[in-house]
Amino acid sequence: MAVVTADLHSTQPSYRWLAPAALIAVAYLVVPFIGSTYLYEAILVPFLALSLAGVGLNLLTGYAGQVSLGSAAFMAVGAFAAYNFNLRVDGLPLIVSILLAGLCAAVVGIVFGLPSLRLRGFYLAVSTLAAQFFVQWALTKFSWFSNDSASGVIDAPPLTLAGVEFTGPVGRYLFSLTVVVVLTFLAHRLATSQTGRNFIAVRDNETAARIIGVPVLKTKLLAFAISSFIIAVAGVLWAFAYLRTVEPAGFNLDRSFQILFIIIIGGLASTRGAFFGAALIVVFPLVLSRLGSFLLGDLFDSGVLDMSQRIVLGALIILFLILEPDGLSSLWGKIRRRLGSAVAGRA
Amino acid sequence: MMADFDWAFFIEVLVGGLLSGVMYSLVAIGFVLIYKTSGVLNFAQGSMLLFAALTFVSLVERGVPFALAFVITFAVMVLIGIAIERTVLRALTNKPPITLFMATLGLSYIIEGAAQLIWGTQVHGLDLGIEDLPLDFGGVLVSQFDMFAAAVAAGMVALLSIFFRYTRVGLAFRAVADDQFAALAVGLKLPWIWATVWAAAGIVALVAGLLWGARLGVQFSLSLVVLKALPVLVLGGFDSILGAIVGGLLIGAAEKLAEVYIGEYFGGGIESWFAYVVALAFLLIRPSGLFGQKLVERV
Repeated sequence: MAVVTADLHSTQPSYRWLAPAALIAVAYLVVPFIGSTYLYEAILVPFLALSLAGVGLNLLTGYAGQVSLGSAAFMAVGAFAAYNFNLRVDGLPLIVSILLAGLCAAVVGIVFGLPSLRLRGFYLAVSTLAAQFFVQWALTKFSWFSNDSASGVIDAPPLTLAGVEFTGPVGRYLFSLTVVVVLTFLAHRLATSQTGRNFIAVRDNETAARIIGVPVLKTKLLAFAISSFIIAVAGVLWAFAYLRTVEPAGFNLDRSFQILFIIIIGGLASTRGAFFGAALIVVFPLVLSRLGSFLLGDLFDSGVLDMSQRIVLGALIILFLILEPDGLSSLWGKIRRRLGSAVAGRA
Repeated sequence: MMADFDWAFFIEVLVGGLLSGVMYSLVAIGFVLIYKTSGVLNFAQGSMLLFAALTFVSLVERGVPFALAFVITFAVMVLIGIAIERTVLRALTNKPPITLFMATLGLSYIIEGAAQLIWGTQVHGLDLGIEDLPLDFGGVLVSQFDMFAAAVAAGMVALLSIFFRYTRVGLAFRAVADDQFAALAVGLKLPWIWATVWAAAGIVALVAGLLWGARLGVQFSLSLVVLKALPVLVLGGFDSILGAIVGGLLIGAAEKLAEVYIGEYFGGGIESWFAYVVALAFLLIRPSGLFGQKLVERV
């Protein structure tokens, strides 16, 4: 697990905000003008939604050390709650629906986080599966959630923010980008605050944390609540901006594992790690299917492709765990340091 | 109201539940073997089960005699166990349990993918030659197949217990389970022991895969029986074979009874999560499960 040290002694002015700021500037000012529809719809929007889910899970698993296998359930809670608020309360701005959906998920998160007060490690991980199955069951069983639509598949409402409607691929991309930037910023602030340090203390040694006065139970439930809130908003983006439909089937156990992969491959307890991981998880299958059809042509039917994708993804995960257990984020750090020293050496 | 409670029917449901619980236990035992000796929750157990059953069925369909197919599949599972130790476990020695767990998730993707890439994705029927006729015990109907499965499970547990208790290899297993470093210090060969344990888990997967496969048909969804075994493990404790058995019986019985008697109030289909709720409710009282090791906290 990644070791996080609080940067307490640094007196020099820090320019660490520069790189993210530059990236955000590019994302707002350059990307909307150069991409194709495919880039926004198939890559960037799902990437943003999954990154945000990764950021949320990272607070819980990476920082607070509570492994959850039920992330997709909270995405589903978010998507369905936002849909229902939007549908049933007239004139409610979309942003309020989304916030309320996040709060719903936070409450659900606290309920399913209760076992964490007594359980550790794998016992807890397995118990979070209860959330996964229960939520999926409830959403399929009670058709009220999907407004009694016969097929269980429903259209997502249009994305509006402060009177501006975000339509088209670029609009949906900008909407997702804005939500992700704001929430990631808040999550990052939280992780570097006293609350974040409490999370880390609970993760590293619960008993020691209790002795130095960290309210362990409250901290754990807070981690579940905040993480569920963020994951729920990611679920809203996934359903409203990416799929543009709301259905329980998309939020299954595989999705939960996918989000866990994202933070493990990206690097636990690292905000940029969630983005690295999500980029890999979104781009990799596309690359593989292109590569597959290019190399093998017609031999590669969709069944074979599906299976080999699973195999390669599995192998990739194991390879990552062996070669770079601290994830892409730490790999990036190493590359940057090496580049930095190479530049310094030449100067 | 209690007067017209149908006790014969209740017992029938209870026995049916207990017997299907045995099927859960069968899967859970494979997990316990690996957790005991390497502290890993092996999520790939379900895909190993699928792989074993699929290999066996495909061999039989290609005209390989029953016994020979069993031996070949057995050998394949042992080889897979050794390969996993060589390529994955050895490279991840001394890594935190969550890392190893993720690795087994990766493994389950690989094994599932490989099984279906090699043998195809269609559903295979599997006939073990045991007719699924209900037997009548004084008005209580019990499935013959379930009885057979229970007998197999009992036999396997007996074998494993004898193996763990009376053989040198079993002793080595227990030593590793107790303390990996101490086991290394007295000269036990950890890689060899892990390979053996994974091979043993592969064999458990084969037996469980055949019984489940005969029940459900051999297909992808077979790998999902792990999800049934997990609450059993939580209830029984990840490191106790006895716990896996008792947990399986409890979960099986509770699930069936709930389905029959209270399922209608929930609109049915509660079996996907009911076992988890039972396990959780129980754990709130006893956090280390029925027979799991007590956690000792040190600072």
